[in-house]
This record gives sequence, structure tokens and C-alpha cells, in this order.
Amino acid sequence: MSAEGLDNSMLEPRHQFAERLFDLEQDLIRLGSVAARMLQKAMRSLKDTDTALAREVIDEDDVADDLDLHIETRCMRLLAQQQPMARDLRTIGSILKAIADLERVADFSCDIALEVIHLAEELRYEPPARLFGMGDKVFQMVLDTLDCFSSRDLDAVQRLCTTQDDEIDDLYREITDELLAHMKEEPTVVTQAARLLFVAHYLERIADHCTNVGERIHYIETGQLKQLNVP
Amino acid sequence: MSRQETSAPSSAARGSKIEVQNLSLWYGKTRALENISIAIPAHEITALIGPSGCGKSSFLRCVNRMNDLIENVRIEGKVCVNGEDIYAKSVDLIALRRQVGMVFQRPNPFPMSVFDNVAYGPRIHGRRNRVELQEIVQRSLDAAVLWDEVKDKLSSPAMSLSGGQQQRLCIARLLAVEPDVLLMDEPCSALDPVSTFKIEELMLGLKEKYSILLVTHNMFQASRVSNFTGFFLSGELVEFGKTEELFEKPRDKRTDDYVRGRFG
Repeated sequence: MSAEGLDNSMLEPRHQFAERLFDLEQDLIRLGSVAARMLQKAMRSLKDTDTALAREVIDEDDVADDLDLHIETRCMRLLAQQQPMARDLRTIGSILKAIADLERVADFSCDIALEVIHLAEELRYEPPARLFGMGDKVFQMVLDTLDCFSSRDLDAVQRLCTTQDDEIDDLYREITDELLAHMKEEPTVVTQAARLLFVAHYLERIADHCTNVGERIHYIETGQLKQLNVP
Repeated sequence: MSRQETSAPSSAARGSKIEVQNLSLWYGKTRALENISIAIPAHEITALIGPSGCGKSSFLRCVNRMNDLIENVRIEGKVCVNGEDIYAKSVDLIALRRQVGMVFQRPNPFPMSVFDNVAYGPRIHGRRNRVELQEIVQRSLDAAVLWDEVKDKLSSPAMSLSGGQQQRLCIARLLAVEPDVLLMDEPCSALDPVSTFKIEELMLGLKEKYSILLVTHNMFQASRVSNFTGFFLSGELVEFGKTEELFEKPRDKRTDDYVRGRFG
């Protein structure tokens, strides 16, 4: 603070607006971190058939939902009160879209946790090892998405939306084939294998939501709205 | 800036109303405009934005030679309206200002009746027939979306109208002499929000018939009503393009900083 009691930065035009925008970005990362932690716990609960941990994941969804609404409310307030333009407008518009994607990551993690609870009621059926490998990679994608949002590294965004997402799509196909083959060979495991198919599907969808966020980061930086992984 | 960057994308299709080439302007030794080249499209609203003293009003006043009234002004370059150089010696200034009308920051009705304000221009251009004048006044007030509000008080003093009505009266007064181009210099800065929105609606309706060049400090007004926007800074035209692009993804960092309110 200067002798007059005013920090120089407070005299910059729109200093408070810039601070509120920064806080929103930080909260988006908080939401993403909550969703990532839920995913990690959901996959661990599957590995250990730990229904208590699965229920913890489901309970945590309220935290993600609250954060999502809290961020959306502040975005709408900034739009109404501050009339953002250019990069600020792109950032707020992108945050509004990205929080919906991250909230879906949390929802899919809950869906995985629900499958774990159902699976615990069935006869034991060992999930394919590749499913856990896929879970690790998707978890890493969520973390990388949050890193990209902080760093605005467009090369990393491109990798996220192409190489990493393609890898998940390939794993999803392999796991689906493996589970379908098991179902044909052993009809008694159809229910459990079907539940694991859902888990693989949820993981694949989480990866897609990560690419959506990646495309928003690309838009913030370049002003171009486009799909980054065109087949 | 290259020539290409300063042409509105649709101007080729609909034609440019105003073509400005290498325009510079000095007030005494101070250079207020620096080598401006721009093609203003016909039948569109083009907004000029920028911080105070950036040259946007000076530029506007060049388009109907209002700067001629200021001492020690020197102008270089070319300004064409409908393809004709308005700084050519043969130009009739009265005819030019009839063709290129101007609305000012504060409404400036003449101290006479509503009717006489609108009839003033046609009268000095030789229209004397009462019936003809009545028809012009009604048509102009109607075009300025004011007729319904003043039709029963045409003989009342113009000064008795509200600020927003006075500004629309000034626009009706311009329309009465059938201009081609409307120059608007901060036309809403002295008006309340409702009057401002009425003027904005009016502008949107008028662009079908007129080409409008709007100087505004209000970026949100520029983004609401204009089709093209030019950003001026220190006498330079930094960027010109489609309004939605200029406000969503400006090409120049200075434009980006300005529209985000980071300086100015």
C-alpha cells in the first residue's frame, strides 16, 4: 500500500473485474480437481470392491454440483454487470461451457461408483486389467485438462484432444471386445460384464468431456471455435 | 494497416458509401489523424470507438467538412462520398451538408416550434408550399419515430420536448432534407437509457435507407447497433472490421486491451 492507502494495482482499469475473473478460473480448477478425485476414488473402489468408498464418491457429487452452480452464478453476474469483451468474453463463455463438462466428469464418476455398489451384490467377477489402465489414463487426462487450463499450452491441448483421446477410444474398443467375448463364453457373468461395459463407456465419455474443455481453451487463446479431433 | 484490412467485407457487395484515402489532419502543429484509409459501406451502421482524443470525432467531422470551421486546420488525403471528392474546389458546402447530415452529442433544436424545426431545412432549400411542407414534416417525424408523440403539439416549442424527443426531432430535421449519410457524434451521451434504446432502434430502422457513421464512447452501444466498427487510437485507425469479430476476437492487441477496458 502506498502512503495514500491505495495500492497502485487498484488504480488499474477494471482491476476488480480482473480479480473476479481470476477467482472464477481458480474455482474451475477446484471443480475439476474435485471431479478428478471422485474419478480416482471410484476406480479404486472398483479395484478393491470398496462400497464405502463408492458411497463417499456419490456423496461428494454435492460438492461438485454446488461449485458448478456457484461458478455459473458468478459468470452470469459478471456478464450482466461487467459486459466483458474480447478475451474476457471468450473466457467467461468458455468457463460456462467447461464447468458443465467438468460437472459431467463428476456425474460419470458417481455412475461408476453406483456400478461398484451393484457389482458388490453380484458374484465376484474380475474386471479386465486394461479397464484399470484405461481408468488411470482417463484420470491423467482430467489432470492434464486442468494443467492446460492453467498453462494455456496449446500444444498440450492438441495432444489431449488427439493422441490422448484416440488412445482412450482404442482402449474402449478393446475392452468392449474383451467383455463381449467373455459374455458369449460365460453367460453367468453377463450382468457383471455389462456393468463393466458401462464403466468403460463412462470413462470414454469423461475423456470426451476433457477434449471439450480442451477446445474451449483453444477458443480462449485463438478466438477460433472448432473441433480439434476431426476423424 | 494495409488497404485490405480497412475495407468492410461486405462493401464490395453493396458498395462503399464513403472512401477515405491517406487522410491526415493537423490542428496547428498537432497531428490529430494519421494516414487514415477506410471504406465505409453503404446502408450499414459503422461505429467508431476509441478513448478521448483518439481522433474519432475529428474523423467524423472530415466527412462533411465541419473541420473547415476550425482555425488552423490542415487536411491531407482524399475523402469521397458516392465517389466524389468532397474536398474538391467545386464542391458546394451547403449541398454537401444536406447530403451528409450530422447529429450532435446534445440535442440542438432551434428555438422555434416542432413543425418549424423540421420544415427549416426544406424551406431554406426552396420548398415553400404549405401542403408539401406538411407532408415532409409528417414523413420525417414518422421516420424518426416521433410523429405519434408530437402530432398534437406541432406548434409547441421544440424546447418543451424531452431530451430523447429533442434528439429524435433533430434526426427528423436532418431526414427532412433527404440526406444520404448520417453522421452521429455521441448521439445518446446526454440521454437516459430508455431514450438511448429508442435512438438505437431508430438507427437500426434508418440504415435501410441511409448509411450511418456513429461515434460513440459506449462500446456496448457500438456492439449492439453497428455492423462494422473502427478502433481509433492516437489518431491512428488501429483496426476496422465486422463488429462481432472486433469485439469477440480483435486482431490487434491494442484493440483487445481497449475493448476489455484494460486502458483508456
